[in-house]
Amino acid sequence: MTINKEKNGTALTVALEGRLDTTTSPKLEEELKAELPGLTSLVFDFSKLEYISSAGLRVLLGAHKTMTKQGEMTVTNVNEIVKEVFEVTGFSDILNIK
Amino acid sequence: MSEITLAATTENIGAVTAFVDEELEKVDCPIKAQMQIDVAIDELFSNIALYAYENGGDATVIFDFADGVVSLTFTDSGKPYDPTKKDDPDTTLSAEEREIGGLGIFLVKKTMDSIDYRYEDGKNILTIKKTI
Repeated sequence: MTINKEKNGTALTVALEGRLDTTTSPKLEEELKAELPGLTSLVFDFSKLEYISSAGLRVLLGAHKTMTKQGEMTVTNVNEIVKEVFEVTGFSDILNIK
Repeated sequence: MSEITLAATTENIGAVTAFVDEELEKVDCPIKAQMQIDVAIDELFSNIALYAYENGGDATVIFDFADGVVSLTFTDSGKPYDPTKKDDPDTTLSAEEREIGGLGIFLVKKTMDSIDYRYEDGKNILTIKKTI
């Protein structure tokens, strides 16, 4: 998985390319841990994300909890597979998906 | 039918996925079903890698395809564990109340046609099936 970051002041866009799973989630978690302090806007661009497993959901939930306290988090360009995972797990009710 | 046996580690999830993807391509599996199966592999193989053994061990994944149905069987010799018995998570809870435990197996149940567990000859044998 490739993580592309674009920062603009306290706003960060994270574009993921590939698969967010057991193997790649720790990498994202680590990147976010370093970036989240002081952020007011976090946008995930999933246009090139193939799929997400529960390991990826765990990282998104953690980021969502942090961002709720200090700003907002949005998930964009979700494909059919990822959308299904969000719906089945109830994450579509938790996350702000556009 | 073909199979792969390797050390049950999270590092080997990629190798199992590559093995299964190659088989799925041979049977012209639609991309959506392939992605769902790949997610199932991530959930099930990581479960074995993280919880089956105290001091490491092997796991075998058998691929089979018949009458339009893909079946994957995961076998390990670790401690007996039936993931199908795990309670489904409450997917209506808020972000603060949410727990991730159990979400993976729940996802597999929802996206595959069936998931069956048996314990035989000291082995955990878990089979998932998906019509493609």
